[in-house]
Amino acid sequence: MSDLIFQWLRIAAPYLCAAAGGVLSERAGVIALTLEGYLLAGAFGAAMGALATGAPWLGVAAGVGAAMAVAALHATATLRFRADQVVTAVALNLLVDGGSTFLLRRAYDSSANSPRVEGFGSGGWLGSPVGYVALLMLPLVWWLLSRTAFGLRVRAVGEKPEAATASGISVARVRWLAVLGSGALAGLGGAYLALDQHKFSAGMTAGRGFIALAAVIFGRWDPLRTAGACLLFAAAETLQIRLQGTAALPSQFTEMIPYVLTIVALATLAGRAAAPAALGRNTP
Amino acid sequence: MSTTDAITRDTPLAIQLTDIVKRFGAVTANAGASLEVARGEIHAICGENGAGKSTLMRILAGGMRPDGGRVEVDGRDVTGWSTADAIRAGVGMVYQHFQLVPTLTVVENLVLGDEPVARGQLELSDARQAIRALCERTGLVIDPDRLVGDLSVGEAQRVEILKTLFRGARTLVLDEPTAVLSPPEVTDLWRVLRRLRDDGGTIVLITHKLDEVLEAASVVTVMRAGRTVGRLSTAGATPADIARAMVGRDVALAARDPKANAAVSGAPALQVAGLTVRNAAGRTVVDNLSFSVRPGEILGIAGVEGNGQTELVAAIAGLVTPSAGRVLLEGRDVTRWRVAERTAAGLAHIPEDRHARGLVLDWSIADNLVLGQQHRFTQGGRLDVVRVAAHAEAQIAAFDIRPGNALLPARALSGGNQQKIVIARELGGGRDVRVLLAAQPTRGVDVGAIEAIHARLRAARDAGAAVLLVSADLGELLALSTRVAVMYGGALVFETSGADATPELLGPHMTGAAA
Amino acid sequence: MSTALVSRRAQWADALLPPLVALGVALVVGDVLMLSFGQSPRVVWGVLLEGTWGNAYGAGQVLYKATTLTCTGLAVAVALRAGLFNIAAESQLAAGGFGAAMAGLLLPSGVPALLAVPFCIGAAMTAGAAVGAVPGVLKARTGANEVIVTICLNFVVLALLNWAVAEYLHVPDSLHTAPINAGRVARFADVNPAFRGSAANLSVGVALLAIGATWFGLFRTTGGYAMRAVGLSPSAAEYGGISLGGTWTRAMIWSGALAGLGGVNYVLGYKYYYEEGFGFGAGFLGIAVALVGRNHPVGVGIAALLFATLSQGGLAVNALVPKQMMDVLQAVVILAVVASVPEVRRIVAAAVPRAKGDG
Repeated sequence: MSDLIFQWLRIAAPYLCAAAGGVLSERAGVIALTLEGYLLAGAFGAAMGALATGAPWLGVAAGVGAAMAVAALHATATLRFRADQVVTAVALNLLVDGGSTFLLRRAYDSSANSPRVEGFGSGGWLGSPVGYVALLMLPLVWWLLSRTAFGLRVRAVGEKPEAATASGISVARVRWLAVLGSGALAGLGGAYLALDQHKFSAGMTAGRGFIALAAVIFGRWDPLRTAGACLLFAAAETLQIRLQGTAALPSQFTEMIPYVLTIVALATLAGRAAAPAALGRNTP
Repeated sequence: MSTTDAITRDTPLAIQLTDIVKRFGAVTANAGASLEVARGEIHAICGENGAGKSTLMRILAGGMRPDGGRVEVDGRDVTGWSTADAIRAGVGMVYQHFQLVPTLTVVENLVLGDEPVARGQLELSDARQAIRALCERTGLVIDPDRLVGDLSVGEAQRVEILKTLFRGARTLVLDEPTAVLSPPEVTDLWRVLRRLRDDGGTIVLITHKLDEVLEAASVVTVMRAGRTVGRLSTAGATPADIARAMVGRDVALAARDPKANAAVSGAPALQVAGLTVRNAAGRTVVDNLSFSVRPGEILGIAGVEGNGQTELVAAIAGLVTPSAGRVLLEGRDVTRWRVAERTAAGLAHIPEDRHARGLVLDWSIADNLVLGQQHRFTQGGRLDVVRVAAHAEAQIAAFDIRPGNALLPARALSGGNQQKIVIARELGGGRDVRVLLAAQPTRGVDVGAIEAIHARLRAARDAGAAVLLVSADLGELLALSTRVAVMYGGALVFETSGADATPELLGPHMTGAAA
Repeated sequence: MSTALVSRRAQWADALLPPLVALGVALVVGDVLMLSFGQSPRVVWGVLLEGTWGNAYGAGQVLYKATTLTCTGLAVAVALRAGLFNIAAESQLAAGGFGAAMAGLLLPSGVPALLAVPFCIGAAMTAGAAVGAVPGVLKARTGANEVIVTICLNFVVLALLNWAVAEYLHVPDSLHTAPINAGRVARFADVNPAFRGSAANLSVGVALLAIGATWFGLFRTTGGYAMRAVGLSPSAAEYGGISLGGTWTRAMIWSGALAGLGGVNYVLGYKYYYEEGFGFGAGFLGIAVALVGRNHPVGVGIAALLFATLSQGGLAVNALVPKQMMDVLQAVVILAVVASVPEVRRIVAAAVPRAKGDG
């Protein structure tokens, strides 16, 4: 039983990190379609950093740093050049996908897998200490948004940037910080993934960033509800792995669960205006 | 006109603006505007739509930088300062479109930008106390923990005012504060503003309503075409004095043409019966309204904006679905008809917002000239671009649209010429217009084009169309209307013939005072 | 200079400058990446050109890839003209391929191509359109954001297709269906042996027809007029009697059908069966193609050739630099275009004085 729970939490950990980043970014009004890219950059950076230094924590730092670099590109394109947020995100996901493989081949002459990353060894119940940190990220974002001055500004900027400007707040500054924070959080999730699997492999995030975004929407942009959605999606995945071979339900159907739930949620909740009002809108 | 030139200069003026110039592209919003406001004064700035009042005040409050001129506050040169600077110096602006975050509470909105923090966390209990004290002192009562999105418009305005006071504003600029308020709320607002003045505050009030000026302000500065053209003490002034300064001697209130007021007979072309419209929030904005317009007459709808005029026109045009009541075109019930069907039945519509509704700004003049009538230029699903082009050439010539290149995007034209595109589309090209809805047809339009547009409306009337004219410009209504009705609180509260209508007669009804 | 001339020039600048800027940036970034691998950019670019347009096989491969990209690019462009993001071109493409394969399997062998090919093409477009209809209808009925719906839909549709193939349709020990009985499209190599080995087939004509039809539909029909109005100004379109929901639905169906059409290239023209993952990201790349083509059908065709050249060129230079460099360059091109569009517009607007009327 406890095995099942730990497996569940290990699957949930990257979702929880990435979704935490998603909530932060989207509440500030920046669409978090880049979570996939941040996760992959985090995984790549962590593997490379850990391999280069032999120190897993430095690997984690490198992963977070790599994802923040991608986030900085996103912020520059959308906040400085006012590029469309969706297209920018699509391009950055492609950039990280191609770039990580390119660099992998540059470093290890393989376009599929990195050498084995020792990471935190067996790493205890959740695979690595990062797992425990991951569980705290959405509560942290909840605290940040509801209890701090920065969080208040994030909520204002994502909902009505004009009002924030009239109050003497720099919308661009708040969004920059939120996007960088989003990259750091999702990067942590990617680092967990690489260290947990003891390697980096091309495209290893396999759509987890999109599932995390789906969790944010399913959780209606609320950090705690989003955590619930992540755990729900992870439970479905755990179940699928456990049921593999028993032929209770084809795996293709369990894979669909997060996405179907999200579409249903969007179609039924859309009228209730749960999304931050200024989401996706670049301010002049 | 008693110009009060002599102001006692023992204390520096609260506000002194000198020769302010501000341009937006080809449009000059302020062309040498000046303003002097003494401390402890309620000062009105009035002028017609587009006179440059709001721009001038935004420059004062740090929302914009002037292209020329000087801004002084309490004797200090602060030209080109930022919103944050202005807030620090005690100058706060209450915008016409509230700058509040609906998903935050009152207290959260008030501290935004200058949040009290203790041990890394927001600490709002002191702010709550301060707000309650402020409410007590000013009479602007509001629960600090209510969500702003749940407040009524009047309550939201209180929060806007509280917000500026909370930041320590001693000088308060209010942009058209009564445009969205009900009469009791307006009375309340005047009471609060007097109280603030008595506490030593300075109030600047932007308005284009004369009764407000006389009721609330002690001094009024009049703006016209980007310039300040007069400064009067309201003591002893009459609405006519201010109106003269606002409109200018040379453009006297448009002469009424004798045909305008001639009563017409015949079956009504447009009938509205028991029409009720609710807005997205579920509030009734058009309330059981009935009227009819006959062919060959212009029914003018006067009223303060936000009293349901927009929704009334939208419901007749088919853009919103009424919750009750009927709309009849030449006796046929069209309440459930789609927009295109109404157009085909002879309904033409000059929308109040030509940028949002009337034009696709990135499109060419030619494409815009067929919007809504694209089906007339279609054969078997195929758009006949040759006929669209020919149509454009003909309309450009007939309506004197300049520059006359059909391929230019509408965005590149001046406001007046953009409006000519809309008018040409709705009235030109051999359309058989039975009913014309004209909402704010000359808003933001240069003087030269106004006359041309008025002539087109008259021509449509003479050709037998029933015209419903909605305008915030009383002069326009009086010059054109066969009958004038006043809309207030979603209902028609008063009606008179065009011949009898005067601003003095209509004014009280527009503010609900006579109801 | 007349205002009309200035304005026309501004429109051209607005349309062409961003892609040109993007190409310049991509060239520089490409040079840097090549140098990082110790290769001379001149040599690598040379090999790339030689491996693509330098011989019939390479050119054939480019044309083959450009065919699919044209279809997905047109799909994205059509949706964008109506103001919608279709990120589901990937799954619509797969559904189109699946539909074509099902139609080809359904027909008995020996049905003449003149009947079978249009039938299979129709099936491909219908399948793509069915996937496109979902986000369109959901947006029209409930206001559900089409970006998220289409992203989610990709996973759902691909999983469903994979399930159908894995469970019922696959040839043992493979991820593909049995070959189609009828509806094959001739390869270039059948006509000219120089193209031997290349996948290029007469589907390229289908793509050209699609460009023409899309242009006509967008700019010469009332339906296209309505779509463009909705895309540029929904409130003005509504005022003009155009139904937003109906137009969104129609645009997404049209868009899905175009993406589905892309499946014909692989299934009818190349492998003659449906296979899991045959699209290789051509649906996602369609976004880049539409963007660089500035949402104009002819531009889309040109951009599809460009991206197909990069993609095929990546394989040609893979021995010198990893082919993933081309993914990076594609991303750089998208970023540069999307970031320079508002900037170019601002500069052009500042350079062109507002046309002043006299009225």
